[in-house]
Amino acid sequence: MNNILETLKKLWMESGFMGFFETGGWKSLIMIVVALALLYLGIRKKFEPLLLVGIAFGTLLTNLPGAGLYHMAMWDAYVYECPYDAANEAILYDVEEERVLSVEEYMASLPEDAEEPEIIEKLSFTDIAHIGGLLDILYIGVKAGIYPCLIFIGVGAMTDFGPLIANPKSFFLGAAAQFGVFFAFFGAVLLGFTGNQAAAIGIIGGADGPTAILTCMLLAPALLGPIAIAAYSYMALIPMIQPPIMRALTTEKERSVKMEQLREVSKTEKVVFPILTAGFVILLLPSTAPLIGCLMFGNLLRETGVTERLSDVAQNALMNIVTLFLGISVGATTVAARFLTVNTLKIVLLGLIAFCFSTVGGLLVGKLMYKLSGGKINPLIGAAGVSAVPMAARVAQVEGQKANPSNFLLMHAMGPNVAGVIGSAIAAGFLIKVFGA
Amino acid sequence: MDLKMNLGDAAIDAVMGYAVVFLGIALLVLVVVLMGRVMSRKKPAPAAPAAERQPVPTPAPVPAGPAAPGTAGDLKLYGTPDRDAAMIMAIVADELKIPLNELRFISIREVNKK
Repeated sequence: MNNILETLKKLWMESGFMGFFETGGWKSLIMIVVALALLYLGIRKKFEPLLLVGIAFGTLLTNLPGAGLYHMAMWDAYVYECPYDAANEAILYDVEEERVLSVEEYMASLPEDAEEPEIIEKLSFTDIAHIGGLLDILYIGVKAGIYPCLIFIGVGAMTDFGPLIANPKSFFLGAAAQFGVFFAFFGAVLLGFTGNQAAAIGIIGGADGPTAILTCMLLAPALLGPIAIAAYSYMALIPMIQPPIMRALTTEKERSVKMEQLREVSKTEKVVFPILTAGFVILLLPSTAPLIGCLMFGNLLRETGVTERLSDVAQNALMNIVTLFLGISVGATTVAARFLTVNTLKIVLLGLIAFCFSTVGGLLVGKLMYKLSGGKINPLIGAAGVSAVPMAARVAQVEGQKANPSNFLLMHAMGPNVAGVIGSAIAAGFLIKVFGA
Repeated sequence: MDLKMNLGDAAIDAVMGYAVVFLGIALLVLVVVLMGRVMSRKKPAPAAPAAERQPVPTPAPVPAGPAAPGTAGDLKLYGTPDRDAAMIMAIVADELKIPLNELRFISIREVNKK
């Protein structure tokens, strides 16, 4: 009988439930509530469900005490030089307690006359694969910047750059809508973030999830969770964020402008475009290579006409698999100790500011083009310059049609919309170049 | 460079970053416009002149059955089904804001682009 009670007690003491009663356990409970709220938004409200559901479930898994699927501290641990170890090096990380050991703690286990060990490097991906959990292993794809780039191949394969090639002026609207990126960057510095962190936060304004994740990973990996959640949540909220700004900054007359039909773009132009753009932009700003290179590669697969199978895989199977891994591993980074901070609230606020000012930037340049073209360009298409393809273009279409029911702006808005993807990649490339290691 | 920045430096970086995006995009526009020009120069001259130069005799126009609705009755259709012709005429009338019965269509020919 005693044995049975002992076993039951041991089971209870080692269960995850006990984790809620340990120091800081209440934070895990709060994060579980956050995860459930995100699941509600993804499933019920359909806020970017393909990613948000994965992120929310990753948040849930990583905050269940004792699950051991993701070890935040391990990613901060270092490998030290250690002549007392057979491999000549030691990892100062306690797998059992899931925490980084201090050098002093480690020294206590060495002979008294031992010299203080020196840092060799951070844990390699091989070390992580050996001692990490499932989500640690999936997270390697984020850490190495693989997932965002693979998603960009899919995005490229899904994107028709025809409207942009037909009306290259649209490019300027895509550039203008990066205003929010730099405005939020400045705002983040104002709120006390470091340059790297501010750059990672600012890129939320690019309204481009993979770009935001890659930039954040390279500049401020500790902020990945809140930045990814803010970026994807606000992208889903574009139909609510943009229309009031559009109506405030444009007149009824401007919104009702019907634009001329776009010229037809030949197949050759569509094939040459990704090759030319990749070559030119990467030569101009080499740090954009992973994003622009993958985006244009995907687009080339779509347009060649001889790689239909690859294009199909990039658009469907690859995109779905990577989205699955990306969502759950980004969600895993939202560990309570790191997520429940004032900084998260600041990031959420700055993200909203970034989105709003990106819309403002696009609209203002749209209005300028309206004036310069003698009223031929509808300034609403400027708001589509924030990437968020094709949501932002649809919003421009809806608002244009409200002002003039015979207005069809969708194809015109797709130009700035896809230009926004290129614009945000250039903005990210600049920030990575300036603030990267 | 993971350090706190002063606001002056942040403002300079922000303005410079925005300018770099515009500059990059402006140069890209230039490249795309040039590409468009080069490509369009390679294209054969469209429609009328092409028809004049075409030595291949086209088959004698055969009116495809009854005339399409909304015309004076002498509309000739070449490789265009009635249904498509009716749709085309309706679109043209809508775009021109002229009632269909005030328009006169002579012929509708399908142009195959290769």
